[in-house]
Amino acid sequence: MKKTVLHKHHLALDAVMTEFAGYDMPLRYTSITEEHDFVRNKAGVFDVSHMGEFYINGKEATKFVDYLFTNDVASMKNKQVLYGMMCYPSGGVVDDLLVYKVNDESYILVVNASNIEKDFAWVVKNNSFDCVVSNESDKVSEIALQGPLAEAILRTHTSYKLEELTFFTFDYMKIDGKEVLVSRTGYTGEDGFEIYGSAEDIEQIFVSLLHDREDIAPCGLGARDTLRFEVALPLYGQELTKEITPLEAGLSFAVKLEAGDFIGKDVLVKQKEEGLRRRIAGLEMLDKGILRNGYKVFSGDQEVGEITTGYKSPSTGKTVALAMIDKPYDKLGTKLQVDIRGKRKEVVVRKKKFYSKHYKKEETK
Amino acid sequence: MSKVVDGLYYASTHEWVRVEGDYAFIGISDYAQDSLGEIVFVELPEVDDQLDKGEEFSTIESVKAASDILAPITGTVVLVNDELEDSPELINEDPYENWIVKVEMEDKSELNALLSASEYEDSIE
Repeated sequence: MKKTVLHKHHLALDAVMTEFAGYDMPLRYTSITEEHDFVRNKAGVFDVSHMGEFYINGKEATKFVDYLFTNDVASMKNKQVLYGMMCYPSGGVVDDLLVYKVNDESYILVVNASNIEKDFAWVVKNNSFDCVVSNESDKVSEIALQGPLAEAILRTHTSYKLEELTFFTFDYMKIDGKEVLVSRTGYTGEDGFEIYGSAEDIEQIFVSLLHDREDIAPCGLGARDTLRFEVALPLYGQELTKEITPLEAGLSFAVKLEAGDFIGKDVLVKQKEEGLRRRIAGLEMLDKGILRNGYKVFSGDQEVGEITTGYKSPSTGKTVALAMIDKPYDKLGTKLQVDIRGKRKEVVVRKKKFYSKHYKKEETK
Repeated sequence: MSKVVDGLYYASTHEWVRVEGDYAFIGISDYAQDSLGEIVFVELPEVDDQLDKGEEFSTIESVKAASDILAPITGTVVLVNDELEDSPELINEDPYENWIVKVEMEDKSELNALLSASEYEDSIE
């Protein structure tokens, strides 16, 4: 199994480890709920060094990334970050990712760890443009600092004016004297930062951030998943797959059908015109039990969908789930049944944002 | 280090059995609750349900996943711990006090195949 540069620190912190995307990663250090609460109320730091980073450089870098990506790359400013998908010609999703624009001729793509090889092959295969793609995943380490106290904590490690780093922008700065890339982004629904750098620098910053543990806790993949789930951020392999389009996943905000051409656009335009046949909806449990990925959803005898992610939401205490539901059973308030180990349990369709996001959104200059 | 209580029988799948005459209380070990993490739901069997040795009789759901709990012995459920319905976290707090079911054992000789406290302790080291 692969190890990130922080692996020995996870072991020293007595983490329960788990295999994820070929890496031996921390699932939890204490408890998932405790770590979850730290991020909602104070701050947490995550090892996300397993994520993939591709660099795209060259004269036609903008054209190329725009052609790969569902969101509008042509209108990006330098040092802006954009969320979106790469799609197959079928409209299904190769991966969801962040695009960092350094300048017109230089971009960084941050992709899911489990998809690095597939994504890189896809990007290389479609590169008929005047630019060069490189997979830097093994050279770049990454940590995420998330939570309402993230800015106050990071401020004690840098002289950079963090209040000027607005939501979904990035910059190069010194943290603890180490030159790193920092973006105001994350996967938790809270304010926070993602910090990219060399293995040695990221290791030093991780240790330094955790020096005073009063307002910050190391957080594992367990809390990362409950946090993203509560604010309905998708996880590739569950809410997004090769068979699910971004529109069905409810991600039309990151699909710019009016902007330039991109792979899969024709199918998505048609899908939008004809109307969706299914979509990701929220479900809330009315009976007792926990909803889990893969459980089938029924309306009477008819199968109408499947759970993609489910938890007893740590922030709300409610048993809720994201599920791919056929229309018209996705209407709010619709009563449906879920098969749990052979027993039917009653659920109701609800809004899929189980918890409100707390991003720091300011006017971009 | 996980706690192991003397005088109980243990299954290699981390359930414990406390014998009282022809009856047995069944729960999960400290090692099991620690491995599962925070327990958020326990699916209980019903009184008069039959437990078959080695077969699933209850499901414990942690934040992360659902885990089947296997019957360490054969018997008939005479009592279920209803408290776990509203307070599943009791198993985390004290896994040896908070049993899941009480069964009337069918064949007490099945106990011979289970581990003693010291044997179980060795198995989880």
